[in-house]
Amino acid sequence: MSETENIKIQVRGLSKVFGNHTKKALELRDEGKKRAEILEKTGQTLGLSNISFDVKEGELLVIMGLSGSGKSTLIRCLNRLIEPTEGDIVIDDENIPKLSEKELLECRRRHFSMVFQHFALFPHRTVQANAEFGLEIRGFDKEERAKKAREALLQVGLEGWEDSMPSQLSGGMQQRVGLARALANDSTVLLMDEAFSALDPLIRKDMQQELLELQHRMKKTTIFITHDLDEALALADRIILLKDGEIVQIGTAEDILTHPADDYVARFTEGVDMSRILNARHAMRPVRAVARSDDGPRTVLRKLSENGLDSIYVTDRQRKLLGLLEADVADRAAREGQQSIEGLIGNDFPKVGPDEPLHNLFAMFGDKSFPIAVVDDDQRLLGVVVKGAVLAQLAEAGEH
Amino acid sequence: MAIDIPRIPLGDWIETGLDYLTSEFSGVTRGISRFTQTGISALNDALMWLPEWALMAIIALLCWRLAGMRLAIGAVLGLLLIWNMGLWFPMIETLTLVVIATLVAVLIALPVGVFAALSDKFYSVIMPVLDFMQTMPAFVYLIPAIPFFGIGSVSAIFATVIFSMPPAIRFTTLGIRQVPTELVEAADAFGSTRGQKLLKVQLPLSLPTIMAGINQTIMLALSMVVIAAMIGADGLGNEVWKAIQRLRPGDGFEAGIAVVILAMLLDRLTQAFRKTKKP
Repeated sequence: MSETENIKIQVRGLSKVFGNHTKKALELRDEGKKRAEILEKTGQTLGLSNISFDVKEGELLVIMGLSGSGKSTLIRCLNRLIEPTEGDIVIDDENIPKLSEKELLECRRRHFSMVFQHFALFPHRTVQANAEFGLEIRGFDKEERAKKAREALLQVGLEGWEDSMPSQLSGGMQQRVGLARALANDSTVLLMDEAFSALDPLIRKDMQQELLELQHRMKKTTIFITHDLDEALALADRIILLKDGEIVQIGTAEDILTHPADDYVARFTEGVDMSRILNARHAMRPVRAVARSDDGPRTVLRKLSENGLDSIYVTDRQRKLLGLLEADVADRAAREGQQSIEGLIGNDFPKVGPDEPLHNLFAMFGDKSFPIAVVDDDQRLLGVVVKGAVLAQLAEAGEH
Repeated sequence: MAIDIPRIPLGDWIETGLDYLTSEFSGVTRGISRFTQTGISALNDALMWLPEWALMAIIALLCWRLAGMRLAIGAVLGLLLIWNMGLWFPMIETLTLVVIATLVAVLIALPVGVFAALSDKFYSVIMPVLDFMQTMPAFVYLIPAIPFFGIGSVSAIFATVIFSMPPAIRFTTLGIRQVPTELVEAADAFGSTRGQKLLKVQLPLSLPTIMAGINQTIMLALSMVVIAAMIGADGLGNEVWKAIQRLRPGDGFEAGIAVVILAMLLDRLTQAFRKTKKP
């Protein structure tokens, strides 16, 4: 990114108050009162407060914040799906809040395409007709819009699905249609409101990759909203962090990770470092079944066969780990008519605390493939780690 | 001890108002009357002109296409029974009244319903009016209909339209308001005008709900045209009315059964139509 880049959108002093007495709320805000206090005093919700930032031509800007931080309000103020209370939003010399209704329509058509969290596809239209929607609204003739929509569908990998209805498509494919609908319109700015949040994790990673490729190819100015730091880090040229309707930090992913502006940002980014130092807690699975110390051998056998296990951990009533019972031991005891499993419980099994790093666990899987027991300081059984889970975690970490 | 509160002359006021309307707008009402009568006669004549078997075939075909063979067979059997009881012509008269009343009701209800969905103010005004229209005993509408339009089918249509319109309005409003916010936002975000949003998104998505409302309107219209026999409407209601006056329960039940058959036929047909329109 060079220094000479053009500014595409300038946002200055943007605020949004939800309610009917916006003036009073803004006055209190100017006195330095915070959102909660303003709500209590006036019943007005300060959705956004004095937001200023620039969007550079061709960049992918991620706006990140937890729910209630105002990120959805912010993106909707840009194209005035929500009316801003005060402030300027200048795009190519047009100040959006000042536009008349007619000018606003024109501005939306030319500049903004939007992708929605729950796709917002029109269920009564085919994939093709959905992709054509923006062009149809703008009055393009039939052939031209069909052609552009097909091109857009091709770009998102949906050729051959033109005549399907949205309901016949999986979530990931539906959002591709949403993306195609936005791309076909060939607007100058792409607004993506939690566009991948409703997708399952694997599809989501794919979509992120594809968005990056598309963006790289088309250099389309994109504003992407998310609550997920990993997603923000994966996509962003720059990140804006929102909290309670205010900007906490603007910077590149690197800036935000290495120089968090305050505790809020630091807490946000903590998760990243933790996940890079994986430990037993991450690979741990809940225990499917445990035997209790007062179970008889037949009960234990039943639990084993019901869950398809060949060994089972034995705990007391407080879930304190007592030991491991193997299926063949229990079986013998049952055939010999023993009533109790006391004395049969083995102690030869791996056991770790939840903070044990994953690479230490690896060596613990002996030739008998007992799952590793994870116990807390009081020896209570928290979960188990099986070999596959460790491998999976390490493989996933390797991708980063 | 009686406190002397003068009786509020609500009834007098209403009568004065109605008298005023009748005398001042007699030209308008007479015009409407003539126009409606022409429509009724035309449709009636057309349906009467068709031989019974032809109309049965058309209805059976419609049932078969929309709902399947079972309804088609049921329709033919039901219509044959009506024909056999000698109630074919009254049935046609009733059908005509229902069709015309429903058409008028829907033509008024759709724009009103759309407007109520888009304007909260209008919504809060129209809802009590609808409550009034629906809960006022149906017979009451018959009384002012006579000075307006005279005794006969036009008055029946007038009363029927008022009585049967509310569900079509309510369901239209409901249908449009139920369109998911995100879809409305999507339409807006791409720069749709109000008209485009309505025609391309809101109306198509509320169509199943609107059809449910129209179904209700048809059912109410049918029940009302039967009652309207009291002010001289022709049709099956008139047969029932005659049976009451002559104390002939057999005739009354025969006509009643014909009404039931017609009602079921209309209900199943419109429901089938609604299902084929589901997105």
